[in-house]
Amino acid sequence: MELNLAELNRTQYPIPAELQNNVAITSLSKIYNWGRRNSMWPMLFGLACCAIEMIATASSRFDFSRFGMEVMRATPRQSDLMIVSGTVTKKMVVPIVRLYNQMPEPKYVLAMGACASGGGPFKEGYNVVSGIDKYLPVDVYVPGCPPTPQALLYGLIALQKKIDGQSIITSDDVPWYGVGPSDPTPIPILGPDIIDPRQMDMIRRQAEQAARGGTFAVRELPAVAKTAAALPAQKAAPAAAAAAPAAGTMTPEEERRAAALARKAARAAKSAGEAAPAAAPTAAAPLPGGSKPWEESHDIREQRKAAALARKAARASKSEG
Amino acid sequence: MVLTAPDPNKVGTIEDAIADLKAAFPNDVSDDKREGYGGVIVSADKLLEVASYIRDTLKFDYLSSATAVDYLGEGHHSNDHMEMVYHAYRTTGGSALVFKAQTDREKAELPSLVSVWRGADFQEREAWDLFGIRFKGHPNLKRILMWEGFYGHPMRKDWKEAFYESEHKPFDSRWPEGHVYRAEELNVFGSNVKYPSDIDLSRLTDKSESDLYTGFGLGVDMTHMTDENGIQTDELVVNMGPHHPSTHGVFRMVMRLDGETITHLEPVMGYLHRNHEKIGERNTYLHNIPFTDRLDYISSMGNNHGYVLAVEQLLAKGAKYTPPTYRTEVLRVLMVELSRIVNHLWAIGFWLNDLGAFFTPVLYFVQERERILDFFEAVAGSRMMCNYMRFGGVFADLPERIKSTMNLMNDRVRDFDTMQFLQEMINERIPRTIDELDEYLTNSDIVQSRSKGVGYLSAEDAINFSAAGPLLRGSGVAYDIRRADPYSIYPELDFDVAVQHEGDMYARYMVRLIEMRESVRILKQILPRLEYTKGESVTSSFAYSGKIPLGEAYGRVENGKGELGYYVVSAGDKKNTANPWRYHVRAPSFINLTPLGHMCRGTKVADVVAILGSIDIVLGETDR
Ligand code: SF4
Repeated sequence: MELNLAELNRTQYPIPAELQNNVAITSLSKIYNWGRRNSMWPMLFGLACCAIEMIATASSRFDFSRFGMEVMRATPRQSDLMIVSGTVTKKMVVPIVRLYNQMPEPKYVLAMGACASGGGPFKEGYNVVSGIDKYLPVDVYVPGCPPTPQALLYGLIALQKKIDGQSIITSDDVPWYGVGPSDPTPIPILGPDIIDPRQMDMIRRQAEQAARGGTFAVRELPAVAKTAAALPAQKAAPAAAAAAPAAGTMTPEEERRAAALARKAARAAKSAGEAAPAAAPTAAAPLPGGSKPWEESHDIREQRKAAALARKAARASKSEG
Repeated sequence: MVLTAPDPNKVGTIEDAIADLKAAFPNDVSDDKREGYGGVIVSADKLLEVASYIRDTLKFDYLSSATAVDYLGEGHHSNDHMEMVYHAYRTTGGSALVFKAQTDREKAELPSLVSVWRGADFQEREAWDLFGIRFKGHPNLKRILMWEGFYGHPMRKDWKEAFYESEHKPFDSRWPEGHVYRAEELNVFGSNVKYPSDIDLSRLTDKSESDLYTGFGLGVDMTHMTDENGIQTDELVVNMGPHHPSTHGVFRMVMRLDGETITHLEPVMGYLHRNHEKIGERNTYLHNIPFTDRLDYISSMGNNHGYVLAVEQLLAKGAKYTPPTYRTEVLRVLMVELSRIVNHLWAIGFWLNDLGAFFTPVLYFVQERERILDFFEAVAGSRMMCNYMRFGGVFADLPERIKSTMNLMNDRVRDFDTMQFLQEMINERIPRTIDELDEYLTNSDIVQSRSKGVGYLSAEDAINFSAAGPLLRGSGVAYDIRRADPYSIYPELDFDVAVQHEGDMYARYMVRLIEMRESVRILKQILPRLEYTKGESVTSSFAYSGKIPLGEAYGRVENGKGELGYYVVSAGDKKNTANPWRYHVRAPSFINLTPLGHMCRGTKVADVVAILGSIDIVLGETDR
């Protein structure tokens, strides 16, 4: 088809003179992303101290409406972005996952602050989830405790950049442009402690092992700690040496304490100037390798990608057949 | 007029009361003779009578704090036991009558004091939840911070969290032999969870919700009613939160409604319970200062102040202790009063949000807050989490010059002389903002008609519910710790206690407004003091002292939201300790919620959010 430039100018919309007789070419992804990145609606949702800085970012001095984000929605069904602004507790993660599931796709998660990113100052707490990424896929992490409004703005701009790079035709980097809805994140259960449904099998295996008279939830020490525990701690800490061989029968607490003792012993020996040969192999020892149960089923992105690929393959084989 | 502090050692005070108490209950009340401890120990079976006597005869009508301590092992003075510690005050002023009751660790049970002070309600539930002490006669003994069905009572000394490393900080190196490892790697499940080994996944039920709703008659036969027109109606249970824009964070209320009228309301919390106290007991004393910032994160300076006061009380039990210098006190009061203004601006702004003036007023107040935060940032290094005070001192003196913006129209950062900046802020800007607020809101018809007569709390109830801060003073009780049990340099400063007698939301608003003006009045007196103490030292040799003498201490301050108290116990078998044995926060936001259900009964749903706003809670402190 021949392109008649004069025809193009005769639309129902007035076109400024300097733009007339121009043809601009862009990709659909680009223009689509341009629209999305400039109207990110965050969910009006504050968890802890970081939420106060989020409010400050929304207020007049920092004002993130400059980036198209002023429309904070209290309902997840109208929001594109979940700013996890604060400490995620075990009690609260249940509603958070529910809220996330209720957000329409495309949806993004920004972990604001140390707590949301990895537990922060409260990581060791018994009711604290050490990072929202244990449950939800996080797009941007903003460090800080709390991040300053400037840092949060920077994180939001980083998110916009990320959106710019996404393509609507491949479902490889984003799960939501495939066919059909993606699977909701399983909602954790508040049992004796919080239970991630994706870990049910692991817990069951452990419980069966315990029922057979084995250990329960006793983790092999990381190679590092083990090497340290096995150190021939001559005179520095005979206690640690005595504790080390019994590792199999110890409770996790005892085991960890033994490891700590051993570490102390190793340090003491080193400072005594005689542990150099003993420490050398330790330094070269590999990081805890082999099976890493704590990484077993955690990357949701990976899972979704695999599912998307499988669906694609199924479609392909269907159309062939 | 300069009021002087009531002398706690004068006749007619605590000693008299204790003597009186011992005379009345010769066999059941004895002195607490442990090193560094005070108060009396009451035998558990007489606790209820003794408490009534303390309230009615000795007139200690205000139960400030009730908390548990787990004494287990480590060469303690006596056998392992659980202890409840109560601090009671007179609303006419003076210091605390401390009484304790002990019980066995395994079968921990004590009589509930809810019938004497309803303010003990949530605090006893907390002790049950975290320490496993049963309270006989408590009307609603459920978990409060953790969920129903949780495994164990986590504040007990022998309960170890999943990421437990060692009893005390600082921990051993995270880099043993040059390799870092994370806490996750030590746990089979890769996160901080632990389960009983006999966990039965096939019969796993989430009890946390069902148990909550049974109290409301859900699942049971609902009461069927007939209204005056003969129409059949039902009561309806409505849940609000934990994700709700008007709950000021992750707070939740469950209510039973008859039409639009509340017949029963129960606050549900713990959604931000981040184990402040458990972590605090692993920390060194100094470690805890930045953690206190994160309690009431609107006014972190005030939180620091209460904690350092408590630890200074402990330090004073040692041989060589010098109190903070005068300039230190001046700086502390400066910071705390600025925080109070920030807190009240924030509280009023968000209360207006709840009334429906959505976000416009807040923007003005946040703007004023930004300027104060610039000052905090210049002095302490952080906008919100100031971490400014130290034992016996503060982190640093004021800098010569500070950077801030002129105003929001012109937000180029400029360099100011600190004193000039302060002068301009205290003499002009803050009073102007307060006047503006006063002019637009105080006489506004909408504010008045929405808030007058709503959310009523009588003076007797306010005292009995252990309400504190503007909630208490809005009900006509002129109780301000800065006057009633003075600390720092408040006795020599000239200010009035803000008090209103109506007991409704409007009265609380007025108290906040007046209190901001009084804060400005204090700040104006601080300015010359800042000038003439220039050059005085603000640090002390105790600031980073690792070792704290044995004993117990209760430091409390009048924070923006009410009485903030820290109960710190230093116990062990040595002369002094590096970590607190018990670290408890008496959080005003938490205890002020006790009367919420009472205040909301009979009001409309739309008023509930405003009543909650008028209490002014912050979840970091409520749930700790
Ligand atoms: S990162 Fe710091 S400021 Fe943010 S929620 Fe956690 S403790 Fe609070």
